[in-house]
Amino acid sequence: MAEAHPVGFQWVMEAKRRGAKIIHVDPRFTRTSAVADLHVPIRAGSDIAFLGALVNYVLSNDLDFREYVTEYTNAASIIGEEFRDTEDLDGLFSGFDPEKGVYDGESWQYEGAPQSPAAGQRDPAQATGPQLGDRGSDEHGHGAARAEAAGSGGPSVSNTAERDRTLQHPRCVFQILKRHFARYTPEMVQQACGISPEQFLEVAEALTSNSGRERTSAICYAVGWTHHSVGSQIIRTASILQLLLGNIGRPGGGIMALRGHASIQGSTDIPTLFNILPGYLPMPHASEHLDLDSYVAGDAGSQGFWGNMRAYAVSLLKSYWGDAATAENDFCFDYLPRLTGDHSTYHTVKGQIEGRCKGYFLVGENPAVGSSNGKMQRLGLASLDWLVVRDLQMIESATFWKDGPEIETGELVTEDIGTEIFFMPAATHIEKAGSFTQTQRMLQWRDKAVDPPGDARSDLDFYYDLGNRIRKRLAGSSDEMDRPLLDMTWDYPLTEDGEPDGHAVLREINGTGPDGRALSGYTELKDDGSTACGCWIYCGVYADEVNQARRRKPHWEQDYVASEWGWVWPANRRILYNRASAAPDGTPWSERKKYVWWDADQQKWVGSDVPDFIVDRPPDFEPEDGARGPDAISGVDPFIMQTDGKGWLFAPAGVADGPMPAHYEPPESPVHNPLYGQQNNPARQHVEQAANPINPSYSEVFPYVFTSYRLTEHHTAGGMSRTLPYLSELQPGFFCEVSPRLARERGLEHMGWATIVTGRSAIEARVLVTDRMRSLRLGDRFVEQVGLPYHWGGNGLTTGDSPNDLVNLTLDPNVYIQDKVGTCDIRPGRRPRGERLTSYVEDYRRRADDAASADAVDAADAPTSGRADR
Amino acid sequence: MSLRESLARSLHGRLDDVQGDAGYESGEHPPRMGFFTDTSVCIGCKACEVACKEWNAVPDDGYVLTGMSYDNTQALGASTWRHVAFVEKPLHPTTTDLGLPGMGPPGWDTHESGLPQAAPGGDDQATASGGASDDAGVRWLMSSDVCKHCTHAACLDVCPTGSLFRTEFGTVVVQPDICNGCGYCVPACPYGVIDLRKEDGRAFKCTLCYDRLKDGETPACAKACPTESIQFGEVSELRQRADLRLAELHEKGVDVARLYGRDPEDGVGGDGAFFLLLDEPEVYGLPPDPVVTTRDIGSIWKHVGAAAGVLVAMGVASFVGGRR
Repeated sequence: MAEAHPVGFQWVMEAKRRGAKIIHVDPRFTRTSAVADLHVPIRAGSDIAFLGALVNYVLSNDLDFREYVTEYTNAASIIGEEFRDTEDLDGLFSGFDPEKGVYDGESWQYEGAPQSPAAGQRDPAQATGPQLGDRGSDEHGHGAARAEAAGSGGPSVSNTAERDRTLQHPRCVFQILKRHFARYTPEMVQQACGISPEQFLEVAEALTSNSGRERTSAICYAVGWTHHSVGSQIIRTASILQLLLGNIGRPGGGIMALRGHASIQGSTDIPTLFNILPGYLPMPHASEHLDLDSYVAGDAGSQGFWGNMRAYAVSLLKSYWGDAATAENDFCFDYLPRLTGDHSTYHTVKGQIEGRCKGYFLVGENPAVGSSNGKMQRLGLASLDWLVVRDLQMIESATFWKDGPEIETGELVTEDIGTEIFFMPAATHIEKAGSFTQTQRMLQWRDKAVDPPGDARSDLDFYYDLGNRIRKRLAGSSDEMDRPLLDMTWDYPLTEDGEPDGHAVLREINGTGPDGRALSGYTELKDDGSTACGCWIYCGVYADEVNQARRRKPHWEQDYVASEWGWVWPANRRILYNRASAAPDGTPWSERKKYVWWDADQQKWVGSDVPDFIVDRPPDFEPEDGARGPDAISGVDPFIMQTDGKGWLFAPAGVADGPMPAHYEPPESPVHNPLYGQQNNPARQHVEQAANPINPSYSEVFPYVFTSYRLTEHHTAGGMSRTLPYLSELQPGFFCEVSPRLARERGLEHMGWATIVTGRSAIEARVLVTDRMRSLRLGDRFVEQVGLPYHWGGNGLTTGDSPNDLVNLTLDPNVYIQDKVGTCDIRPGRRPRGERLTSYVEDYRRRADDAASADAVDAADAPTSGRADR
Repeated sequence: MSLRESLARSLHGRLDDVQGDAGYESGEHPPRMGFFTDTSVCIGCKACEVACKEWNAVPDDGYVLTGMSYDNTQALGASTWRHVAFVEKPLHPTTTDLGLPGMGPPGWDTHESGLPQAAPGGDDQATASGGASDDAGVRWLMSSDVCKHCTHAACLDVCPTGSLFRTEFGTVVVQPDICNGCGYCVPACPYGVIDLRKEDGRAFKCTLCYDRLKDGETPACAKACPTESIQFGEVSELRQRADLRLAELHEKGVDVARLYGRDPEDGVGGDGAFFLLLDEPEVYGLPPDPVVTTRDIGSIWKHVGAAAGVLVAMGVASFVGGRR
């Protein structure tokens, strides 16, 4: 965190000053480790083994916050008889289809759940898009999950499941969880993670002794945690741990995702993702959602706040199409684009290479350096008809056609690349006004400080102008296809500088009522077309016609919750699900952790924050049978976005790779999975493409683990730092970090050159031999890790090879993010140049495959030794 | 006070009103301002280096990957007014630590052999209990160094043009429009801070953001520091703060913590920019016992005067003798 988020880290240092213990779990020893009380080096990709053992430690020592767990989580819910755990199936859950590589989650549901409950109704059926190969997600029925369609709060389930509040029923979630995690012992942590039992116990004791009624603990992670083929499940494990310890919905608790850039939270809320609309409304599916009714049907009848989805959807459509959207034309629901399958970034790249994707916008993104499998990225860009690059600098993704690595090897020839590239200079964040949304869901408004230089323009200016030009060109068209563009509300007022006014955009997002005034909260949204709202969860950010995100009352002029600094969605609520900060009877869990509670005299919820509950619903409220929407929330259900009101220790629906997390090895690993016979995440998606081969696991040819990461001095793919002298001089060259033991083993010299090679490519780097890289002992063997800061590319003041050229594309099946961990070899000296590089890598691939097939023959001869570690 | 006493006093020893000594009217000038850099909370982000260069328009200082941990700045100089040192030290050194600068990575001192020496225990460095072993543990010290703005600043004493001067805030500043590039100040500095910019010829160093101080603003580095490792304020107050912080750390068992440059009785009369360190000063590349290089200039002149006197006396004597 100190390494990648030094400004946010000031608060960790502040906490340390006040006596907090800081534990840092990371494969490398970073600037965070330098000031932490405890650094725990972990093998990259073994996070679930570590977190799972913490879960087991809590459960087997009865350290869970029992009253919280019983009342606020689904621990007491009983799962149907058909469910089979990884304990029964050696690493698989019930419902796996080995042919398709997907789960059908039918057997994961609550007992007595109605037919087609879980993902059922929100699940578009099988996609009809182009094939993506054996594991391609276009073939996925997503019977279990269809995560992209679930939106916020997860999919619908019935809350009528049977519950056993003694937590003794063998099929209640609590007992299933206990059995599932029983094998995640401290000894197993040593085997899987390379962490000693003593160190593990130190962490476990610190975490559990700082959780409960009087205390809370937070888990902060940087997004490297999500860059795994089991990324969603890593976060799930942390959530389970925090729910068991009662650390959700309470001050000082929670799980904080430290985002990779400013406003990544914002770009999920108002998404730049293919599968959701603003406010986590699912993107409609081509074959399923033929009209508004079928679109909202999955939720309209359900319990919790998603029951009002129709109002959110209609208000969004009114915001897009204004007067053109009427009840008679389904509020222009037909104008929305439709999913035909998986259109996520890596599958789009594959589509480029295979000629299905012809045009592309790159906006503040440099995939030639910053996205995994750089070769595939560049091959994709080179296959396009046209490419628009909007950036501050002439980045590698705009110049690959003349100086990319494939030009050097001859895999691409400039004259043969047909891509027409338009480079548009962009304004920086200080050269335009707008809001950032950070990890606490807080919107903070920036004013413009200076004018952008030259032709550089803000995104808002660019897109508004582009929209105007397209509409002008289409004006008078009678083609039905052009109606969505022509009917769109596209009329922002201009500022003195002649740019569209960002405040007006925020106000549109906030939404307006029948009187044209700004709405003050999403509970005012209607499904009759009388309200318009660009993003229902942001409704209230412009309440009282004031830009609430621009509030800057300093913390010393208000209480510690600081409700008057910026604005937090939803409803300026600083802590989500804060009903959980009070006991079931509505009283605070403790004086020390008092936050939101039931005031019996006033008959309402009160406290330092905006209560995340129906404000006058008493703790003893029981919903009537058949109640729907918010009416169905009982007085003790804090998780009001979940249809059963409970925090999910066990996910009966909504997760593509299992209702509970299980440790699987990264797709490339030097070791066998010590926990199960199942080596990898069975539902992982490998992007089948010639440029994306996988190294065989436990290969002598690729014996080391590599992982990539950031340095404080540089910013992501380097476009904003490698071009600046003051930052470049601080880290003026690409290097790799290795342990002294690995340096000896491979003859690597400090500050000499090394070549790091995988089946995808080989790159060269200067060598930093350092004790900060640890040789990890797993059982009877060592695992060595090569650390690669990923900021370098061919352009700028400091240049170097790109570590992302090494990374393979094997994706998490929920969110389609790659696994950043892989295997490699490292050798002293510089890499081969030109065509020799290609043959060098080919040779490695051939040797690895030959050895792997020889091993397969050996294994067939001696089947009993199949799982033994070599 | 005799002239001789006054001369001696401004060259070394304790001095409580540094501005008054420089000729500012006592009681009229603002309090002495300075930095207290608490390295125990430094996270090595180098924001101070960047903020300094941005504000003061200091040029880049070359693009050299040094291999000295994450320190590619190497030292203070004409184009580097803040320098963050990164020191990697084994947790349990097995050889006698002579306290020599340990700026290099493991094996740096065996570089010639091409291979770092085997860690103690060689391949068995992971203990029998598994996991990463403790004897491979490492400390990573970070410290942001800066001009010390000495109470007795030799650079200022030797400057023949008056380019270097003592400000009303008690800081030491070079005036580039007066500097003639003679370079006398460079060897005079006991810390090796000030230097000539080759392409320019003149001397440059930290001004403690004199322009910002004039406007009542915090210097750029301290403003940018996210963890308050660099604290700016009145020197007298910073000294109290440093004492409290040291006591706090000692109470927590951090016995290695010590103050550097805080003592008004030390060889430079105390620094206007002083530090809390977590190891010997040498480990950070700081001189353990700096002395103002002009300390003896008074007695040198005295001796020179005496010698001249003797020479004159001898000359006179020879004439007198000649007349005999």
